[in-house]
Amino acid sequence: MSGSKPESVPVPNPRVTWEGCSVLLDINDGDRLVFARLSSGSTLKIGNKTCSLQPLIGCPFGSLFQVESGKEKPYLSRFVPPTEENNVQDEGGLQLQEESRDNRALIDNNQAQSLTGEDIDAMRRQGATGDEIVEALVANSATFEKKTQFSQEKYRLKKQKKYAPRVLLRRPFSRSICEAYFKKYPVRIGFLRVDALSLLLSMANVTANSDVLVVDMVGGIVTGAVAERLGGTGTVCSTYLGGTPYSIEIIRMFNFSNEICKRILRCSFNDLCSVQNEMGEQVNQHEDVCTMESQSNEKASVSVSTEDFHLSSKNGGADLVPENELSTSSKTCKAPKAGEKAPKEAIQSWKENGFSSLIIAAPEQDAWSLVKDLLPLLTYSAPFAIYHQYLQPLATCMHNLQLEKMAIGLQISEPWLREYQVLPSRTHPCMQMSGTGGYILSGTRLCTNTSQP
Amino acid sequence: MLPMDSAKKISFNRCISDGDLVIVYERHDTMKAVKVCENSVLQNRFGVFKHSDWIGKPFGSKVFSNKGGFVYLLAPTPELWTLVLSHRTQILYIADISFVIMYLEVVPGCLVLESGTGSGSLTTSLARAVAPTGHVYTFDFHEQRAASAREDFERTGITNLVTVRVRDIQGEGFPDEFSGLADSVFLDLPQPWLAIPSARNMLKQDGTLCSFSPCIEQVQRSCETLRSDFTDIRTFEILLRTYEVREWKMDHSKSDDGDSVACPPCKRRQPSSEASAGDKASSPAVMARPSAETRGHTGYLTFARRKCVS
Repeated sequence: MSGSKPESVPVPNPRVTWEGCSVLLDINDGDRLVFARLSSGSTLKIGNKTCSLQPLIGCPFGSLFQVESGKEKPYLSRFVPPTEENNVQDEGGLQLQEESRDNRALIDNNQAQSLTGEDIDAMRRQGATGDEIVEALVANSATFEKKTQFSQEKYRLKKQKKYAPRVLLRRPFSRSICEAYFKKYPVRIGFLRVDALSLLLSMANVTANSDVLVVDMVGGIVTGAVAERLGGTGTVCSTYLGGTPYSIEIIRMFNFSNEICKRILRCSFNDLCSVQNEMGEQVNQHEDVCTMESQSNEKASVSVSTEDFHLSSKNGGADLVPENELSTSSKTCKAPKAGEKAPKEAIQSWKENGFSSLIIAAPEQDAWSLVKDLLPLLTYSAPFAIYHQYLQPLATCMHNLQLEKMAIGLQISEPWLREYQVLPSRTHPCMQMSGTGGYILSGTRLCTNTSQP
Repeated sequence: MLPMDSAKKISFNRCISDGDLVIVYERHDTMKAVKVCENSVLQNRFGVFKHSDWIGKPFGSKVFSNKGGFVYLLAPTPELWTLVLSHRTQILYIADISFVIMYLEVVPGCLVLESGTGSGSLTTSLARAVAPTGHVYTFDFHEQRAASAREDFERTGITNLVTVRVRDIQGEGFPDEFSGLADSVFLDLPQPWLAIPSARNMLKQDGTLCSFSPCIEQVQRSCETLRSDFTDIRTFEILLRTYEVREWKMDHSKSDDGDSVACPPCKRRQPSSEASAGDKASSPAVMARPSAETRGHTGYLTFARRKCVS
């Protein structure tokens, strides 16, 4: 499937939200991540407060909101952070002074704070803003002045998060979606870390106008990421073994245009292989599967979710939320349908031309059994990338590919990603990091029909 | 290199033709980009290869020299290009490149600004990501380097996606014509903090910036500058560990003298000796280990988003 006109591609990813759009809400700097769909009726629960998401409609992505108490009920109000030009100068100046304070005078007797819970509630009733409460807490802390500047900052931040939580409106991209899942529900995406996902896309040379074959048993994150890179051109074919397609529900989180959704097709492995022989028969045989499939799609797109990821440690205990619990709440707009059954013309074209890339992310499957069947569908000299959370299946697969001389440039890579805290005089790698992002076997398919000169 | 023209896209029916750019693959670490020219030949340690023999063969074919030596002819990709391009500067490699593109949220249709152009390694991948409707404007203050990059993009066929300009971004900033239009800005400069205020002006609100610096002092200073107008400032380091795979004949038999029990660390070396292959108790197993030598550092990647204030 080629020959798409570039001029038909609409402007990707508008930068302002609209009614019915999918958003990623980042609460208190990544402590909690919530996928939501904006509508007049949708709400967000922060602590014990429930706020309407209505004020977020029509706002630019990247806007910051703060929870305000309000007369009747709490509401989200746009928060414009002050330009920190002056603060930065001050901070820099202070940093140059030797820090003489330390923690020798701190005694952990739980009496440092003289404001009680009742005092704070009273302040709230009188309409104090979150910021005012934070200032009051600072003023009434017996130990605040004795803290080092660094720990004063930490104290303020902690109180701000509790009494004046902030919500950042993020644009759902494969980056943010993958990170959100990896942080809280890594199992659902087969522990595929964002850097590994980025490598899959590069190593498989995914670009506009390509025809990409994927085996996506990681919830649809790979199919979605590929579709994002195709931008409404080419095709991504999500193939599956057996009669039931794998779930690609994560695709609903992207705000894909119809143009992009149309390019996401599904086709069973049997149909991909047998098309050449008895095409008519095959298509008929699978007609019923096709209807079933589109029904399940329908269901998937109705159950638009406000998928809630609690990332703060106190909520961290709650592990995998069951599927049905996730797809509750708002019954608003439908996400455009993606993942239609591939039409026979598309299958025919793939058969004739071969796919231009192959990506496999199937943590439950043996890499080699998939590769030996799927590689022949890939055109000569086309690159492929296979993800696995374990090394061994890829090692075996690589060894067999070498023996069979099916591919070249074979390499197993494991990405290593470390984040840094960068602050004046306090720069160091972050104390916690992800230990593994999985392994990738990459290579290029060889032409197997060359006759010797 | 990129399938902008459906007639040139690789497929089962697409054969190498006169004028094509091919990657001649000798070994995983020995490759070369060659423009196919009917009357030309390629000469290497395997002998003489006539280009005319290549024409009409599919990409991915094995081709032979006059002496019976062989190479493979691959269709170029940005990854292969990164391995064969001429290094006019230190270049970015696949791990950093992939992460930068993902983290900058570069998608088809984006307008991206880059400085410096360097050898054009990242530029090629940026072009792939913004295709078919986006554009990469890349700036380098070195006239000759910019010209060489332009020639390279001509060669790889991505000139409709990339514009190279000569400009000192640290000194003059980005041109005003891009003010408020850029989705993403990438900086690989010795003093990125000098270019950050201009980068800020080029970016749309919530637009993304990345600065690549090998030294932590550069990162420190850039982050201090970023704090006033940017948010979501995060610094990463990414490396790739590669693995060697081979088949071992594992020795399962307990030695009579109890040696293998006495010094378990030696067991690791034992299987490598081919002598044990005939052992009655051995069974082949595929094993992997990290490659012995690896890149220890490339650079720090600092990302930030322009604050959204309106």
